[in-house]
Amino acid sequence: MTETRHERAPGDRPSREIDASAPSEFLVYSIGLFVAALLTATSFWTANTTLLWSGGVVLGLAVLAIAQMGIHLVFFLHISSGPESTNNVLALAFGALIAFVVIAGTMWIVADMNANMMMPPGAPMGMRMQH
Amino acid sequence: MNIAIAIDQIPQEPLPSASEAGPAPKRIVVAYGFWIFLLSDIIMFAALFASYAVLVRSTAGGPTGAQLFNQATVAIETACLLFSSYTCGLMSLAVNSRRYFRTYLGALITFVLGAIFLGLEIREFVGMIAIGAAPQRSAFLSAFFTLVGCHGLHVTLGLIWLTVMMVQVAVFGFAARVQHRLLCFSLFWHALDIVWVGVLTVVYLMGVSS
Repeated sequence: MTETRHERAPGDRPSREIDASAPSEFLVYSIGLFVAALLTATSFWTANTTLLWSGGVVLGLAVLAIAQMGIHLVFFLHISSGPESTNNVLALAFGALIAFVVIAGTMWIVADMNANMMMPPGAPMGMRMQH
Repeated sequence: MNIAIAIDQIPQEPLPSASEAGPAPKRIVVAYGFWIFLLSDIIMFAALFASYAVLVRSTAGGPTGAQLFNQATVAIETACLLFSSYTCGLMSLAVNSRRYFRTYLGALITFVLGAIFLGLEIREFVGMIAIGAAPQRSAFLSAFFTLVGCHGLHVTLGLIWLTVMMVQVAVFGFAARVQHRLLCFSLFWHALDIVWVGVLTVVYLMGVSS
């Protein structure tokens, strides 16, 4: 019982004495492998098929990748929503936030700068320097 | 006679919260600290992903991703890494139940699959450099070699770490400190697989589809 007082280490499963209804750990890993393989195969199919509208392929691949990262976190790293895993989830959420800000912010800023560097054809070179 | 009933009626004391329960066991502290390190590592990869996404069109007249990437190789690499993540999980189950043979077997399969992944990646890099697609050819290739090479470097370090851990299991047995390190290793290996999902999608699949 003392274990429930503490947070759970990341990567650890709740022990069977506390939660007897928990599925066996071998089964959890096997389900994770199966679902991850399915998602990977779908990603390869999405990238190569001509059935889908090509404009949506990138978005579809991103969704599949995020889904697979979630599968890895839940089935391989055993991140859960339980109270004993709050610290792990909070740290993960902070890391994901920073990663999102770094990636999205960089792409936004650089795309904006690229757009601002574009000169309209025929415009004098020094136009933007004048105020 | 009524004492038993009275005892039953005493409300059960709720479990103390984590802050009242005293210091957490070392296993939890060690794994949580390593979890923080992994998240900072993933933030570093996020910076590399961002630079790749910015530079992916800057091929400077050189070869593009669609011309360079071989999907069959990438599919085998992905399968190797995914399955090695699975065997790494099975190895950590064997460690928790203190079974030597299963631990060694899981570590061996994990190592072999990781080595196959690394061999394929090095062969891909060497082939690209041989046809003139070296890191100095264009900004796109610099970003590609930095991102994928950094992941490959992590896999290399993971393989060395796994070898060291198996020596420690052989020498020290399943001592508490060895178990803590093995837990950290399995976290590291699973995190590498998560990063690879990003590399596969952003670099290879989006590279050949667009």
